[in-house]
Amino acid sequence: MENRLRLLRAERNWSQQDLGERLEVSRQSVNAIETGKYDPSLPLAFRIAELFDLPIEDIFVSPSRRASKAI
Amino acid sequence: MVARTPAWKRYNWRVIWLSLAYAILLIAAVYGFKHKLIPPALTYPVAILPALPIIGLFAAMGRYLVEETDEYVRMLIVRQMLWAMGFALSCATIWGFLESFDLVGHVDGYYVVIAWYFGLGVGSIVNKLTVGEGGC
Repeated sequence: MENRLRLLRAERNWSQQDLGERLEVSRQSVNAIETGKYDPSLPLAFRIAELFDLPIEDIFVSPSRRASKAI
Repeated sequence: MVARTPAWKRYNWRVIWLSLAYAILLIAAVYGFKHKLIPPALTYPVAILPALPIIGLFAAMGRYLVEETDEYVRMLIVRQMLWAMGFALSCATIWGFLESFDLVGHVDGYYVVIAWYFGLGVGSIVNKLTVGEGGC
């Protein structure tokens, strides 16, 4: 799933390891989410949103909305 | 290689202790049978003893999956296990038919566990090729 996680992390000068520690997941997990290889569960998506103090939809791009925009 | 999460470290310790128990029980059972030290009434229980730590390894894997809090790492391991299961069952099925048609010799059933562990390696390669991370 497309997302702004890398950008939000870079704005705070956090490494993937830093973000992983804040979310209590591995660096690999952060990398997989950032690169769109893995879609986080709803609880993890909420943890990410709460960490950045943003709504989920401001971090993750809805695949259905993205598809409708493309049309 | 999968991230060294706390759950993974606990799993590794369990594997070490179970492997040690397996080695001790196997040596004891082989020694007992070889020197005819086992009373007839205990032959079946003693023969099963080395299997118990192996069963413990499966339980340890199950417990690891329950304890693993990193959902991405858990997904990688589950994928690996599915590959391992498919690989081991396929090997057992193919060998079973070859054996039925007298084309190969008999292989003891517990070798399917070795095939399963080998399958974990196959799963790790598949993970590496598809998502860029190996697994265990």
